[in-house]
Amino acid sequence: MPVEFRKDIFSEERDDNLNEIGQPTQRQDALGHVTGRSPYYDDHLFDNLHHMRCKRSPHHHARIRSIDISAAERMPGVRRILLGKDVPNNLNTLLSLLDFGIDDEPLIADKKVSYIGEPVAAVIAETDRQARDAVAKIRVDWEVLPHVLDVEEAVRSDAPTVNDVYPDNVFVYHGSYDHQKLRYGDVDAAFAQADHVVEGRYQMSPIEQAPTETCGAIAAPETNDRFVCYTSTQALFFSLGTAAKLLNVQSNRLHFIGGTVGGGFGGKVDSLHEPMAILGCMVTGKPCKFMFDREEEMQVGAPRGAERWYVKDGVMNDGRIVARKFTGYFDSGAYTRLSSYAIIKCVGHLPGPYTIPNVYADVYCVFTNRTPATAMRGFGITGVDFAIEAHMDKVAETVGIDPVELRILNAYRDGDMKAHRRLAKNTALIECCQVAAEKSGWRISDQARQASSLRDGGGDRAQLPPHTVTDQNGRVEGFEGTGYAGGNKGGMPSPMEQYQTIPATPAAQPAPQPSQTAAPANRPAAQPSQPPASSVPPPPPPATSPDADQLRDRTRHSRRFSSISGLRRR
Amino acid sequence: MTKKPVQFQLNGDQKATFVDDGQNLLDVLRRGVGDLTPKFGCAQGTCGTCTVLIDGQPHMSCLTLAETVEGKSVTTTAGLENGAELHPLQKAFMEQFAAQCGYCTPGMLMAAKALLDTNPNPTREEVVEAISGNICRCTGYEAIINAILSVAGNSPQRYGVR
Repeated sequence: MPVEFRKDIFSEERDDNLNEIGQPTQRQDALGHVTGRSPYYDDHLFDNLHHMRCKRSPHHHARIRSIDISAAERMPGVRRILLGKDVPNNLNTLLSLLDFGIDDEPLIADKKVSYIGEPVAAVIAETDRQARDAVAKIRVDWEVLPHVLDVEEAVRSDAPTVNDVYPDNVFVYHGSYDHQKLRYGDVDAAFAQADHVVEGRYQMSPIEQAPTETCGAIAAPETNDRFVCYTSTQALFFSLGTAAKLLNVQSNRLHFIGGTVGGGFGGKVDSLHEPMAILGCMVTGKPCKFMFDREEEMQVGAPRGAERWYVKDGVMNDGRIVARKFTGYFDSGAYTRLSSYAIIKCVGHLPGPYTIPNVYADVYCVFTNRTPATAMRGFGITGVDFAIEAHMDKVAETVGIDPVELRILNAYRDGDMKAHRRLAKNTALIECCQVAAEKSGWRISDQARQASSLRDGGGDRAQLPPHTVTDQNGRVEGFEGTGYAGGNKGGMPSPMEQYQTIPATPAAQPAPQPSQTAAPANRPAAQPSQPPASSVPPPPPPATSPDADQLRDRTRHSRRFSSISGLRRR
Repeated sequence: MTKKPVQFQLNGDQKATFVDDGQNLLDVLRRGVGDLTPKFGCAQGTCGTCTVLIDGQPHMSCLTLAETVEGKSVTTTAGLENGAELHPLQKAFMEQFAAQCGYCTPGMLMAAKALLDTNPNPTREEVVEAISGNICRCTGYEAIINAILSVAGNSPQRYGVR
């Protein structure tokens, strides 16, 4: 069926003529694809290519008492077996490059494993088969620990700690709260005045991206003291920075080549293969390939994480939604990866594309003993949109209104204030609903058919709520740090700090240290990559009550916040 | 580990190489004789991206023992082009957006060629059946089916005899 383009919608608003849309255009990479010559990472041949395979955890959660690699080392073709201690800087969190979060994940686990498939050793051998045979000879003495696989069980006080950096199994936002908050207006007062209160519980299972090409990388020594790395990554510079950090090398010694990706869908940003392949190359001096096989791709490759949502709406008899309250749990799996960021995106998106005057959300990034989650197409949005739209249908049924008309009635219109305090513009939900109804032969009222995103928005609908109820629910202690999410940046000033306008005081120069003494006892020690302690003044003593410095730090947090979540003017 | 000599025709050229016991054809094609057009997707016979023709029949090269192609004729995507000229299937895939990431494309092309070589005028259902062993994760099957149909039977880009 030919695609029909509705260029008439908003035609008076646009200055583009969309000449390219609706016309066939040749992709620049199509010739390579149909001839089989597009250079995927595994299409680079090297003499003497070595292969890396990992010994992986068979347990959801276990402490590593010891690892015996002696028999494996004697296997034919084995060049080297890497353990956690062989990784120069064996602790990272993916978004540390954005100063977001605390390093919480080893490249190769050396103390404990927190999900099935977590690597504890990597064999480098002359053939893939030899590497696999040697992996089978590695003996690990496990002390199996109790595990937790459900987000709501994981946040209970009696749950086992999944990730030692976050003892309560929740990511800590802004160094202050165990969840990401949205407060807009007063939902409880609105519920009391609403004609109906509609509640729902929704959840989404993890979803594997399942690219046809499995994740991987090949690294080889170059002749100029650099390492070339061919990779399937979707995020070339992100992977480069991550590899440089984990391997403690200057990034200009790493030469990354990518861009031809055999399907990614978000699952190729975790940057685990590049540092492993480069490390294998560094220790053997040989070209080294590290790739997931299909079983690893499905079991160990990070999926879109599971989510569970509780949604509560206050609705008037005429269908107007006057309050919406969310409690959400993202299943981050054993480590943070990108889930903390997904939640920032998610909360910015709430309450969906509707103008609702009172909105409340508590969204938790929860650690469980499941495979760490990562990006996938619209992550942070997809799961909650499923919950919101399923809930809209439930509201329509409760109030007795057509579900399409309910959406048109409550949709954002241009000029409306959104719950994250930005004015809506270029809104088009109403038009989408109208076209969908027309195409599917779904009858809607004349009033709904005549509604427009361009009319009747703004005015009173542009006003912030007269009063927003705030609270300190979920306040946590011990995570004060300089980073946006309480990240441990040690003595390294962040890029933002170079531009801060508030005069620095001695106590805050350089970047204030996280108050280690107030941190959880089992928090990991400072990273080896930090400058020697003598080069920085001692950190300020941990304060129990907010003082001027901390207040200023908090101001700075909010400024960092704007750099990540996009509060800058659009 | 014993090495065995194997001789076969690859896209019309005679090839001779040594293979390990149990080595699969995909590995020998890619690493042994340097034809990188068949791709590794699963090594389990489920994704079809390693599909090649052995004596005209489609086979998953990842599940084919390399030594079994002794004396046989293997065709891969590298053998589709006629000099500088693309095969009609390649043209159709290129012009009709039947290759997004491109990773399943070599397998799809070989499955389609196997069909059209024996059944130049297939129905839509027969095309669907012919590529049912090939998984695509991003292009979408509709564009691929349409591209294959466009070079079948009496269509303007009629499937050329090769």
